[in-house]
Amino acid sequence: MSTYEILRQFAATWGLAYFSVIFIVVVVYALWPSKGAAFDEAARIPLRED
Amino acid sequence: MSQTLSPAAAKTPRFGEIGLAGVLAVLALLTAFIAVKAWTPGYAFHMVVLCLASVAGIYAIYLRYQKREAAWPPQELDGVPNYNFGPIKFCTLASVFWGIAGFTVGLYIALELAFPDLNFARWVNFGRLRPLHTSAVIFAFGGNILLATSLYIVQRTSRARLPGDLSPWFIALGYNLFIVIAGTGYLLGITHSKEYAEPEWYADLLLVAVWLTYFGVFLGTIMKRSEPHIYVANWFFLAFIVTIAVLVLGNNAAIPVSLFSPKSYIVWSGVQDAMIQWWYGHNAVGFYLTASFLGMMYYFVPKRAGRPVYSYRLSIIHFWALIFLYIWAGPHHLHFTALPDWAQTLGMTMSIILWMPSWGGMINGMLTLSGAWDKLRTDPVLRLLVVSIAFYGMSTFEGPLMSIKTVNSLSHYTDWTIGHVHSGALGWVGYISFGALYCIVPWLWNRRGLYSLKLVNWHFWISTIGIVFYISSMWVAGIMQGLMWRAYTSLGFLEYSFIETVEAMHPMYVIRALGGFLFLVGALIMAYNLYMTIVSPDAAEVPESRPSPQPRLVPAE
Repeated sequence: MSTYEILRQFAATWGLAYFSVIFIVVVVYALWPSKGAAFDEAARIPLRED
Repeated sequence: MSQTLSPAAAKTPRFGEIGLAGVLAVLALLTAFIAVKAWTPGYAFHMVVLCLASVAGIYAIYLRYQKREAAWPPQELDGVPNYNFGPIKFCTLASVFWGIAGFTVGLYIALELAFPDLNFARWVNFGRLRPLHTSAVIFAFGGNILLATSLYIVQRTSRARLPGDLSPWFIALGYNLFIVIAGTGYLLGITHSKEYAEPEWYADLLLVAVWLTYFGVFLGTIMKRSEPHIYVANWFFLAFIVTIAVLVLGNNAAIPVSLFSPKSYIVWSGVQDAMIQWWYGHNAVGFYLTASFLGMMYYFVPKRAGRPVYSYRLSIIHFWALIFLYIWAGPHHLHFTALPDWAQTLGMTMSIILWMPSWGGMINGMLTLSGAWDKLRTDPVLRLLVVSIAFYGMSTFEGPLMSIKTVNSLSHYTDWTIGHVHSGALGWVGYISFGALYCIVPWLWNRRGLYSLKLVNWHFWISTIGIVFYISSMWVAGIMQGLMWRAYTSLGFLEYSFIETVEAMHPMYVIRALGGFLFLVGALIMAYNLYMTIVSPDAAEVPESRPSPQPRLVPAE
C-alpha cells in the first residue's frame, strides 16, 4: 500500500473513531444532569468579577 | 557585605531583560548585515526597519529597567488581582488606528474599481492595495482587538495577572511590527501572492515568535488562575491561538531563495499547494474571524446585557462542534478546479453541516438577551453587539449556501463572494469589535462610561446603512455578473464579452464605495468618541433615551 493509502485508511477508521469518541464524551459531559448547577455558576463568571 | 540592601540598590537586570536585549542585539547585527547585502531595495528597507526596531527594543528595555521597581510587580493589590493592562491599552488604540487605516484603503480600492483612473502608480494600484486592505482590517484591526480582548478576558475570568513582564509587551509591539513589515511589503511588491497569507518568510518568522509568546502568556494565565472553571470564552481564544499557529506553519512551509532575498517558494506544489492554501484560508476565516470573535461574544454580550449566557451547556457543545467541523470546509474554495471531486464534495458537505454549530452559537448569543430585550432600545452598544450576532447568523447561512456546487457555479469568482465576505467582516467582525471597544475603553481607562452614547447611536445607524448599501450592491453585481458570464446566444456563442460585464457593474461599484464611505464615517465617529472618553476623566454615559413612561393610570369612571 502507498503511504497515501495507509494514511487515508488510518484517518477513515481510527481517526474517525477518535474524533467521534471525543465528541460524544463532550456531549455527554455537557448534558450530564447533575452538572447543571456548576454550569449555571460558570456562566456567571463574567458577571461575578470584582 | 551587608545583606540589608535598600530596594533601589538591590535592583539587578532580570534574566528576561538581558536575554531579550541579547537576542535583539544579535538581530540588529544580522539585519544590518543582510540590509547591506540585500538583493532588492525593498528587502534592504525592511531589514533597516527590523534593525532599527531591534535597537529601539533594546533602548526601551533599558528605559524600562531605569524606571521599574526592584521587585516584581505584585500579583495582587488589596485582594484584587493586579491586572496587567498596559499592553492591552496599546493594542486597543492600535486597533482603532489600523481600523481607520484599513477602512480608508478599502474605500480607495472600491473607488479604484469604479473609477480605474485612480490606479495611477504601481504602489497604489489595486493589486497591491487590496492585500494591504485585507491585512489591515483582518490582521491589524481585528488582530489588535483580539490581542486586547483575549488578554483582558483571560485575566478577568481567570482572576489572575498575565505571567511574564516583558512578554506581554513583546506580543503587542512585535505583532504591530509584523503588521508594518507585511503592509509595507505589499506596496513594495513583496508578497507570497496567497490570499490572507501574503507576508514573506522573514515576516512569518517574526509572527511565529510573537505567536508562540502569545500562546505561552495566554496559557500561563489560565494555568495560574484562581477561578476553578475555565470560562468558555477562553476555550474559543485558545482554539484560535493554537489553530492559527498550526495553519501559519503549514501554509508557510517555504524555503527562501537566499538569506538576502525576500522571495521564498513553498514546498508543496500544484493542487496540493492550492488545497493547503485554502485549508489555511478557510480556517483563517473559521478560527481567526469566527472562533476568537465568538470568544468576545461570550464575554461582552453577557457583560453588557448584565445576564449570564443563555445556555452554558450549549456553549460547550457549540465550541467542540465548531472546532471539529470548521477544519474540513476549505475545499469549497476550489470547486470546479483540479482538486479531486471527492475533496470538493467533502468540503461542500462539511460546510453545510457547519450550519448547525454556527446557528447554535448565534441562538445562544441572541437569547442571552432574553428578559433584557428592552436594553436594545436604550443601549446602542448592546445594539451593535446584537446586530453583529444577527450578521453572524446571516453570513453563516449564506456561506454554506454558496458552498453548494450548483450555487457556487453561479457565485464563484463573482462579487457575490465579496458581498458575502463583507457581511461577515463588516457586520459580524466589525460590529462585535466596535461593541467590544465601546465596552473595554471605559473599563481600561477607569471611566464610568463612554463620552457619548448619542454618538454610538450615530455610528450604529450610519454604519448599518453603509453595510446594507455594500452587501445589496454586491449581491446584485455578483449575480448579474454570474448570469452574464453564462449567457449564450441562440447560436451557442457567449452573449457578453468580459468588458461588458465590467461596464454593467459600474453603478453597483459606485454604490459599494458609498457604503464603504458610510462605514468609514461611522468608524471615525467611534474614534472621536473613544478619544473623548479617554481624555475626559469624568465621562459617564447617560441612557440615550429616557425610560419609557409608565402607562398613565386611567381614572375609574
